[in-house]
Amino acid sequence: MKLGAGGWGLGTGGWALGASLTLATVVLLAGGHAASPLAQQHAPLRIVSLVPSATEMLFAMGAGPRVVAVSSYDHFPPEVERLPRIGALVDPDVERILSLRPDLVIAYSSQTDFLAQLERASIPVYVYRHGSLADITVGMRDLGIRVGLAEQARAAASAIDRGLADIRTRLAGKRRPRTMLVIGREPQSLRAINVSGGYGFLHDLLDLAGGDNLFAGVKRESMMVATETILARAPEVIIELHYSDRASSDTAAREREAWNLLPGLPAVKKGRVYLLYGGELVVPGPRVVLTAQAFARALHPDVLPH
Amino acid sequence: MTDVRRRLAVSMLVFGSLAFLAVIGAPLLGTTPIRLARVFDRSIPFADNVDAQIFFIARLPRALAGALVGATLAAAGVVFQALLRNPLATPFTLGVSAGAALGAMLAITWRLHLSLWGVSAVTAASFIGSLCAVGIVYAMARARHRGFSTNILLLAGVTLNSFFSALILFVQYLADSAEALRTMRWLMGDLDIAGYGPLLAALPLCTVAFVAFAWLPRALNLLSLDTDAAASRGVNVLRVQRVAFFSASMATGAAVSLGGPIGFIGIIIPHLVRLMVGADHRIVLPASALFGAAFLVAADVVARTAMAPVELPVGIITALIGGPFFLWLLVRQR
Repeated sequence: MKLGAGGWGLGTGGWALGASLTLATVVLLAGGHAASPLAQQHAPLRIVSLVPSATEMLFAMGAGPRVVAVSSYDHFPPEVERLPRIGALVDPDVERILSLRPDLVIAYSSQTDFLAQLERASIPVYVYRHGSLADITVGMRDLGIRVGLAEQARAAASAIDRGLADIRTRLAGKRRPRTMLVIGREPQSLRAINVSGGYGFLHDLLDLAGGDNLFAGVKRESMMVATETILARAPEVIIELHYSDRASSDTAAREREAWNLLPGLPAVKKGRVYLLYGGELVVPGPRVVLTAQAFARALHPDVLPH
Repeated sequence: MTDVRRRLAVSMLVFGSLAFLAVIGAPLLGTTPIRLARVFDRSIPFADNVDAQIFFIARLPRALAGALVGATLAAAGVVFQALLRNPLATPFTLGVSAGAALGAMLAITWRLHLSLWGVSAVTAASFIGSLCAVGIVYAMARARHRGFSTNILLLAGVTLNSFFSALILFVQYLADSAEALRTMRWLMGDLDIAGYGPLLAALPLCTVAFVAFAWLPRALNLLSLDTDAAASRGVNVLRVQRVAFFSASMATGAAVSLGGPIGFIGIIIPHLVRLMVGADHRIVLPASALFGAAFLVAADVVARTAMAPVELPVGIITALIGGPFFLWLLVRQR
C-alpha cells in the first residue's frame, strides 16, 4: 500500500463539510428548546482564548464572531488568522489582553500567575483542562453553558459523539492490529522516537479506531522508546503524526523510508507505515472525528476505504 | 622506563578487559530476552530473526556508540585538564558542547530535513556548531598574544558557554512545543542510534583525534606542571598546545554530535583513573579512554532497562552519578 502525503493531509475542505453538517444539526436541534437554566451568568461578547481546542469549540458552536483574540498556536478555523495573537501557555501578553477589554478569558489551569492577574483585573476566566477523548465533548458542553450557547454546544458535541460512535460501531468485532502511534522523532532517522502511551486523547482515538496501542500499559501521554523495545513488541501498523499541514510527497516518502532501517518490523514488511499530516492531529477539539477517521482508514482500509 | 611500561601494560590489561567486557556484555543485557544461538543462526533469514535484529540493530550499535563517545569524552577531558592546567576542566568547558547544542537546536527548530551519507541534519549542524565555537575561542586566545594564552582560552570558553546557552534558550523559547521537546531531549544525550551510519560518520574524526592524543602524553606531563619548564626541556609548547586544543575539541565535537552533550564523563573518569594509576599522562590518557568507554556503555544499559519500556536519557544517569562525585572531588581537593 502506498499513500502519498496528499491523500492523508486532512485539509480544511473536509472540516468545512463537517462544520456545515454540524451547523445544520445545530439549527435542527436548537429549534423549540428554551435557553438552558444554567446559563445564568451574562453571555460574554468579547472572548480571548489561549487554548486552541477551546477556540475551535467556540467556532463550532457559533461563538466565533465573539472571539477577539487567540493564542499564537491557533490556526483553525481560517478566520482566526485575522485575529490578534496574545501569546500562549508560557507567554500570555497580559497588557494586550487587558487592552482588548475581554469579558471572558479562556486559559489553562496551570497558568496560575496569569489567572491571578486576571482576577485582580476582575476579568472573568474559564479554566480549560485537557484530558481524555471523552472529556472533549463534556468540556464543549460546559463551555457552551458558560458562553450562553448551551443548546448549540450540546448539538455540536452530540454530532462529534455520534461521529465517533459511528466509527466504533463500524469497526466492532474487527481484529485490532498492534499499533505504534509515533508523535515525534528526529527527521530522516529513527532517533528520539516519542510515542503515545496509554493515556490521553490520541490513545483514546487509536483505541476507538480499532487499533491496539503497543504501549497501552504505560499510563503516560507520551514516552521515549528504544529501538530494542520497538523490535521486541513488533508493531503490525505504525501511524506517525506530523503536525505540519502538508508535506511534499518527496519529504513524506523520505520520512517513510527512514523506517526501512528496521526491515524486520511487521509494519515495515507489510508496508503498513502511515504518515498523517495535519494541524488537527494535535488539537483535542471538534476535529477529533477527522483524526479518528484517518486512524481508522489506516488501520482498517477494508472497512473505511480512502 | 621499564616501570612505566609495566604499569602501562597492567593498566591496559585491566581497563582494556573492562571495556571489552562492557561492549561484549551490553548487547546481551536488556529487557527482551534473546537467545544467542538464535542471534547467530544463519539459517533464519535476518528479516524474520527478531533476536538477531535486536542484537545487531538495537543493542550493538548502542554499545559501540557508547564506547566511542565514552572513550572520546574521557580522553578529551584528560587533555583539557592538562592543557588548561585546571583539574576541574571538562571537554565542555571551552564551549564546544554549547556550540554543538546551538547548532542542533537550530537544525531542529528550522526543521532541516536534509541528510547526507546517513548523517542527519541535526548531527551535521551540531558538529558545525562545535567547530564554530572552537574557531571563536581559538581566535580569542590568539588575538592579544602571539602565543597561546590558556587563561584567555578558559575565560573565552566560559563566556562563550553562557552566551551560547542564552542563545539556546532563546531558540527554544521561540520553538513550537513539539520542537522544544525534541531540543530538550537532544540536550539529555541519547545513544540509541538505530544503525551504524552515525557511528561511521563520527569514527574518522575520533580516530584522527586519538592519533594526535597518542603523540601528546609526554609533553602533557611537562606542560601540566609548568609551560616554561616544559619549554626549557625542549617541548615546542605552542605546537603541543595547538595540537591538544584542536584534537580534543574536534573529538568532543564528534562525540557530542553523535550522542548529545553527555555530561560528567570527561571529569569523573580522568579523576577516578588518576586515583588508581597516578598522574602520568602516558598511563592516564589511554586508561581513561578505556574506562570511559566501559562506564558509558554500562550507564547506557541502566538507561535502557531501569524504567523500561520507557527510555531514560543516558545523560541523566551519568549526571546522577557524576554530580555528587564532582562535589566530593571539590571538597576532597582542599
